[in-house]
Amino acid sequence: MSLSGKRILIAKPGLDGHDVGAKVIALALRDAGAEVIYTGLRKAPDFIASVAVEEDVDAVGLSILSGSHLDLVAETSRQLLALDGGAIPLFVGGTIPADDHAALAEAGAKGIFTADMKIEDVVAAIDAVLS
Amino acid sequence: MTDSAPTAPNMPSSVTPSGIEIPQVVTADMVESDPGLPGEYPFTRGIFPNGYRGRLWTIRQYSGFGSAEETNQRYRFLLDQGQTGLSVALDLPTQCGYDPTDAMARSEVGKVGVSIATLADMEVLFDGIDLSAISTSFTINGTAPMIYAMYLAAADKLGVPRESLTGTIQNDILKEYVARGTWIFPVRPSLRLIADSILFSNEATPRFNPISIAGAHVRDAGSTAVEEMGFTLANGLAYVDEMLRRGGDVNHFAKRLSFFFYVHMDFFEEVCKFRAGRRVWARLLQERYGVTDPKALMFRFGVVCGGSSLTAAQPYNNIVRVGIENMAAVLGGAQSIFTCAYDEAYQIPTEFSAETALRTQQMVAYESGISKTVDPLGGSYYVEYLTDRMDAEITKVIAEIEDYGGAEKAIEDGYLQSRIAQRALERKLQTDAGERVVVGQNHFRREDEDANDFGEVFKLDEKAAGHTVERFNKVRAERDNGKAQQALAKLSQAAAGDAENLIPHMIDCCHAYVSIGEMVGALKEHWGEFQEPVGL
Repeated sequence: MSLSGKRILIAKPGLDGHDVGAKVIALALRDAGAEVIYTGLRKAPDFIASVAVEEDVDAVGLSILSGSHLDLVAETSRQLLALDGGAIPLFVGGTIPADDHAALAEAGAKGIFTADMKIEDVVAAIDAVLS
Repeated sequence: MTDSAPTAPNMPSSVTPSGIEIPQVVTADMVESDPGLPGEYPFTRGIFPNGYRGRLWTIRQYSGFGSAEETNQRYRFLLDQGQTGLSVALDLPTQCGYDPTDAMARSEVGKVGVSIATLADMEVLFDGIDLSAISTSFTINGTAPMIYAMYLAAADKLGVPRESLTGTIQNDILKEYVARGTWIFPVRPSLRLIADSILFSNEATPRFNPISIAGAHVRDAGSTAVEEMGFTLANGLAYVDEMLRRGGDVNHFAKRLSFFFYVHMDFFEEVCKFRAGRRVWARLLQERYGVTDPKALMFRFGVVCGGSSLTAAQPYNNIVRVGIENMAAVLGGAQSIFTCAYDEAYQIPTEFSAETALRTQQMVAYESGISKTVDPLGGSYYVEYLTDRMDAEITKVIAEIEDYGGAEKAIEDGYLQSRIAQRALERKLQTDAGERVVVGQNHFRREDEDANDFGEVFKLDEKAAGHTVERFNKVRAERDNGKAQQALAKLSQAAAGDAENLIPHMIDCCHAYVSIGEMVGALKEHWGEFQEPVGL
């Protein structure tokens, strides 16, 4: 499994300041060979979409622990579509109840990751979608 | 997690989670320090000679969600059940300085805490609660000075004398840059605001803690217990230096510096973290700053039991975890304790889970008997040995930060942030590999169990955000706008220079129903925003 040659944007939409998960995943993806761009905190969905398109990334990962995931994933997905980035796969990680998984998939999430998943499983799931 | 049946791990490792070697047996000759007496320098055994016999710790459950009305109801419930202090959880727009109608507040109003935009919200929040009789703690940082000002304005309106107010604002911006993320302004003006609030509070509200220097979030972000204490004390020194630059008297202001930590599961390391922290802080203040007043040398702290040590898998196990952590906090000598609810790893607690968490503290306080004598573990060879080792390791961490150029520089450069992220990855990989045992999650997990069955689900009233926005619009429409604009202009003028303390201007703004977002907006015009280092 290798993500070498892949560019991945890890983003924190909304106001949530919990960035450990985002940074841990970013480091793990980098260790798996990907080039990782991290946005930092408090980025609006339209900003995240524009960075994704400008940087020509292969995937976008959103990290959300504030409970606002349904709206923020749907909005990022809409913004990507609006910028002709609809083909870029969108992943989401955070505190996400099982009840919301179907709605998130509908909103465009290609993978949903929670804290109790192993890092290698998360990387493998991203790899499977990208290759 | 494995696909096979639950497997028992090897015997527990012989090092603490911070990496300190644990001897098989500790004997008297391995203990270096004399623990001394409680209430006496360096306070290893506690800051009070009579421990909890004089006064029990404050039972203070962090709580807040939705609108001020809903949160007020939860507060009344908790107080009726025997809680002894309030702890206000605020939503992210309030914490980051956005009004509920701001585009940045999108879908976040009332989510992780209560929305407080103007004095009108605070009046509802404390309706029917006697502010002169209860201490109130606010977990607020970027907008801490404004929330403090609003609390004083609320007290003014209720006729409660300011000098009678007790409580705490977290007001620790340095760790926000490191771990928690609700910073607003760059480091320099943020430190000015903190010094302003400490200087003002020491005179106007002498029984109030204007800062709670927090390691909790750094710990939950992945650092070890040693780093948690080391980083926090290093930040504490940065605040002392800032206060001295502002002409503060350390024998005076240090009496009202308080601290805040997490308690995780390694029982003795947690107990000794607090014993060592108390000693290191007293020693630093005495040796470096020549503090002579014993009260100014006292390391007072509150704790959270739970946090990232809790699991979403088998959530009822968390009740036991929190009980063990609660005992470690008491044996470590905490002044105020918050026990997380068992469902807190994945949702706002239900009334049932919140009550169970409260009952846990009451059992530790009134049934277990561990608070009946001061520092019951004092003199245990192992506890004194580990306290010595923690002292040495904490001191080393502080020295590393100072060698780097101090906490302020380490944070602006992103040095501490990278160090914690790296540590978090290590911890995660250890957990994934099963080296760090988390019962019910990576070991002893039942594969026939629905991992997503969380029991009772908390449902936030979706209309709460609507009520909050309605009240906000109503306040804006009905307030004396001339008075509001005038108060805001004075705050802005004072922020342009550095001669004036900004807190009195903020209190005037709050009385005139100026919102948090308006105050923050006025200050941003002068100071701009913090530029986050995003290197990994």
